[in-house]
Amino acid sequence: MVPIWSFPRITRRAGKVWYRNLVVFFRTWHVNFFPPLIEAFLYLFAIGVGIGTYVKEIDGIPYVNFIAPAILAISVMNSAFFECTYGSYVRMYYQKSFDAMIATPLSIEDVIAGELLWGATRSVLYVTIMLPVLAAFGVISLPLSLLAIPLAFLGGLMFAGIAMCFTAITPGIDTLNYPSFLLITPMALFSGTFFPLALLPELLQSIALALLPLTHLVALVRMITLPALTLMLVIHLTWIILVTALFCIISVNLMRRRLIV
Amino acid sequence: MSLIPDIIEAQELKKIFGDVIAVDSISFAVKKGEVFGFLGPNGAGKTSTMKIIACVSPRTSGVVKVFGMDPELFPAEIKQRLGVVPQETNLDPDFTCYGNLFTYSRYFDISPDAAHKKAEELLEFVQLREKRDVTVEKLSGGMKRRLILARALVNNPDLLILDEPTIGLDPQARHLIWERLKTLQSQGNTIVLTTHYLDEAARLCDRLVIMDNGKILVEGSPADLVKKYVGSEIVEVERTPEIESCLVGNDIPFEATGETLQIASDSARTVVRILLDTCSPQKVLTRPATLEDVFLKLTGRKLKE
Repeated sequence: MVPIWSFPRITRRAGKVWYRNLVVFFRTWHVNFFPPLIEAFLYLFAIGVGIGTYVKEIDGIPYVNFIAPAILAISVMNSAFFECTYGSYVRMYYQKSFDAMIATPLSIEDVIAGELLWGATRSVLYVTIMLPVLAAFGVISLPLSLLAIPLAFLGGLMFAGIAMCFTAITPGIDTLNYPSFLLITPMALFSGTFFPLALLPELLQSIALALLPLTHLVALVRMITLPALTLMLVIHLTWIILVTALFCIISVNLMRRRLIV
Repeated sequence: MSLIPDIIEAQELKKIFGDVIAVDSISFAVKKGEVFGFLGPNGAGKTSTMKIIACVSPRTSGVVKVFGMDPELFPAEIKQRLGVVPQETNLDPDFTCYGNLFTYSRYFDISPDAAHKKAEELLEFVQLREKRDVTVEKLSGGMKRRLILARALVNNPDLLILDEPTIGLDPQARHLIWERLKTLQSQGNTIVLTTHYLDEAARLCDRLVIMDNGKILVEGSPADLVKKYVGSEIVEVERTPEIESCLVGNDIPFEATGETLQIASDSARTVVRILLDTCSPQKVLTRPATLEDVFLKLTGRKLKE
């Protein structure tokens, strides 16, 4: 059996799987493009304008500007995570698409790598759609905020890898609800998204920094949208790169174990 | 000995899942241009064998060569030349009939132009031209199987692997698939198929093996197997204790199956004469022996699973 940390042999054929998903996404663009647009509006109005009426500023920053990067980061997380859990699971289990693909020169490693790349791409597309809305409201700095697009790819890949690990071990589609509610929802609330991490008790702060991937992504995106660049950027970026590599590698090997018997 | 190397060669091939031996040291060879069948009851190990050949399941031990290559060392190279019709329908529901063929072609690195041409040609071949732009969910079962057959042909495979190609189809749909397979065979394609429809095997296969419990029981052409294991004709007579003891008295071997007794013989006339003269049966029926008789004789009549 292949050790789960061994580097999988992935070929450029992974691009074929990525492209297949891209084609399907753009064919149903009308259902895919509006959610991120509406999501951006909803957050801005409900939290930015609503709560923002009471909370004017956080650390001298207008509240809407404070949460704008969180809206982007949460959307990076959600789009990649849900694509590579429910989306990939449906393609794997119900549609048997992976079986069909590995009957061609594609290997299971290629297929999973393609799915991961696609999950990350979905994050990029969502952020790209949301950026103009946030820019129109004048809550993000330009042009530095455009860096959120490549950052969405990296962050998306991280959440895609984490998601794919759950997909590889879940007994059925219903049990995917556990990571969604026990990991994703708390992360969206407690990762320095809608209030600063510093408000949390010190222990929880350390836990958030050590274990919650979204914390690092929100911090990075916030640095470029405010902008407020510090050397912490290197630490956040390194953390994300390491965790991304780890989970992507493990997820491919776990999927191989699940599907190649 | 032929100078043309075998398309598939397997020696002492074994596949173990946990403590279940799915394939138990089987050896066989498939020659270029032949239709080779794997027959057997459910759980005989046919699909496991197909998956090993198709490079999607590693073997536990033994040797396999497909086009002279090891499936575990050169999967992409082998799969580039394979066409696979799986048992389960796994068409891509996000695409139309045409889209399925086109997208699948791209996995083989076929250029968009060539993929387009081939997709149109194959839709014609499996009579799905008028369904070209219909999503696959709207197709009937028979149409889906035909589209899967077309999909298996996008890369002009040197070897076609079919796992239960006509399972669950009505007679019309089965005949259309058979016709198409005959066409492919006459064009010199090598075809490996599994089935538990014995008429299908008898009709299509040049050679076949019958498997049970992971082992190959017999190998040969359908006609030879029938002749060797059953004889040319079967006499059927109703099952009563009187007739049974009468047959025993006349030293005629028979097999009891439900309501009837079956007597396999090369000269049915003699058997029928003895029966009519000495056993006074209600009704006697003679029919040619089929592969089904061989199958049931070798794998037993007990329900599998």
